[in-house]
Amino acid sequence: MSAPVLDAPGVRTPPQPHDTTAVEQEPVARRSLWARHRAEYLTFLLFVTPNMALIAVFTYRPLLLNAQYSTLQWNLGSSTATVIGLDNYVRWFTDPRSLEVVRVTAIFTLTTVGATLALGLALATVLNRPLRGTTFARSVVFAPYVLSGVGVGMVWLFIFDPTYGALSAVLRLWGATSPEWYLDRDWALAMVIVVYVWKNLGYAAVIYLAALQSVPKDLLDAAALDGAGRSRTFWKITVPLLSPTTFFLVITTVLSSLQSFDLIHVMTKGGPLDGTTTLMYQVYVEAFVTGRAGYSSAISMILFTVLLVMTLSQMRFLETKVHYS
Amino acid sequence: MSTPTRTAPRRTAPPVGGYLTLAGATLVVVLPLAWMVLSSFKSSGEIVSLPIQWLPTSLAPENYLEAGRTAPFGRFFLNSLIVTSVGASLKVILALLTAYGLVFIRFPGKKIIFAGILVALMVPAHMSLVPNYTLIAGWGGRNTLWGIVLPGLGTAFGTFLLRQHFLSLPRSIVEAAEIDGAGHWRRLVSIVGPVSAPTIATVGLISIVGEWNEYLWPLIIVDTPEHMTLPVGLTLLQNIEPGATSWGVLMAGTAFVLVPVLLVFAALQRYIVAGLTQGAVTG
Repeated sequence: MSAPVLDAPGVRTPPQPHDTTAVEQEPVARRSLWARHRAEYLTFLLFVTPNMALIAVFTYRPLLLNAQYSTLQWNLGSSTATVIGLDNYVRWFTDPRSLEVVRVTAIFTLTTVGATLALGLALATVLNRPLRGTTFARSVVFAPYVLSGVGVGMVWLFIFDPTYGALSAVLRLWGATSPEWYLDRDWALAMVIVVYVWKNLGYAAVIYLAALQSVPKDLLDAAALDGAGRSRTFWKITVPLLSPTTFFLVITTVLSSLQSFDLIHVMTKGGPLDGTTTLMYQVYVEAFVTGRAGYSSAISMILFTVLLVMTLSQMRFLETKVHYS
Repeated sequence: MSTPTRTAPRRTAPPVGGYLTLAGATLVVVLPLAWMVLSSFKSSGEIVSLPIQWLPTSLAPENYLEAGRTAPFGRFFLNSLIVTSVGASLKVILALLTAYGLVFIRFPGKKIIFAGILVALMVPAHMSLVPNYTLIAGWGGRNTLWGIVLPGLGTAFGTFLLRQHFLSLPRSIVEAAEIDGAGHWRRLVSIVGPVSAPTIATVGLISIVGEWNEYLWPLIIVDTPEHMTLPVGLTLLQNIEPGATSWGVLMAGTAFVLVPVLLVFAALQRYIVAGLTQGAVTG
């Protein structure tokens, strides 16, 4: 199939034979125009249909089905379901437990995003300085981002072990005792947040680094000439110039934080006492642990709405930014 | 006399603070992973000894063998390998064909199809859990490897990335092939493909890392050990072996999950970082 005919198109100079045939076939060309297009269309369909069919079945179709499921009282695996309209939504919005889930989701999202961005920017400014070893450090810092959340959760679970963990050993060296990370709601949430930031920090740092490298050098030089110190230059020039990157990172990290699952499932299973149950985790638990698939679908529609608003606001922003520059 | 104030901020003192930050950040990443490896070689007595014993006394692979005895880790590894290689290569092929079609083949509804790709990019994964579960379970895909792979094959992200790259290629090289009478398949295989090798490799690497780490869907669709992938199997091990003495075994199991990706990353990190961040910035 892949016979070596057209290896270097620029090198081949004499493609004359084709020209003459084209001239010979001139009268046929008009008639064969439609036929040639049809071949083109068929090739297109052949190339594009498999992927689009899979996307339709496994992405679009669920989107619609979820909306329908959310109006059912239906247990996963059961063949019967009752249509109950918006009752699942009413139930979620009137359940005091939902308020707790929203609180945990908000704390988790705000702290992970805030810490990831602040530490990421700090790290990026250091990585941007002309120091030896920054290339190495950059890839080391990024590495956790590509690792399995399950594996990362397991490693840190051991480190946080109140009796045998490395952290408690270090705390004992300082004469302190380790808190019961797994048993206390607030400590458990703090633990998951720390690990989440550890895993995702490198991403923010690398994105910020790319943005820092495009900050015009003469602008910084001019500020230095005007007598602005390093921190003044940073806050008054660099940070404002980075604001589009910051906005982009806020949106993308909020989206992924709202959808995080692996770490929570491995480290706390949403506990203790729902202390680490986020909206995303509740979607999973209701469908696949409790089995209330209809109720789960309603919650997943609520989460989807939140995510959609975030995504649309990002697109809106990017649009205005394009007009700006 | 006014020069000192001007030059002061520009004079470079030895950047001790910078190096300390770099070293600190590197250690914060490396130490937990080193701790995993060290612990995976400790005996259960060494794990629970107080005060803490930082280094294992021997490098005996006892915990790795024990992990393999407790749960079929060889099987998990093989399943992960199959799911990752089949899933990632099919994803790349599907994305390539779609992106090529969207850029180089004449078709009236291309803009609508591309809009459909963008919409798919925005649909969060949790939306498809219950509907895809009922569908795949209905097809008899529970506890099968194809049940794990199939729902993730349609790829909006890879298509998007490759399309953006194809748009940046000079059209003349493809037109030259067209004049030479090459069909679309030939143009894709012998011109567009080879020219785009780095981008294809990037999409492939991102897919490999994603398939290897995928957890939620395999967790839902599989509950027999014979069909579990490594991340799911690791949580199985966690449930089988509660208690402090099993940490060494758990760390050995964790090494099975983390080390392969670490090795791939160490070898090819430039392409992976470029791909993940490039996709992020354009998306």
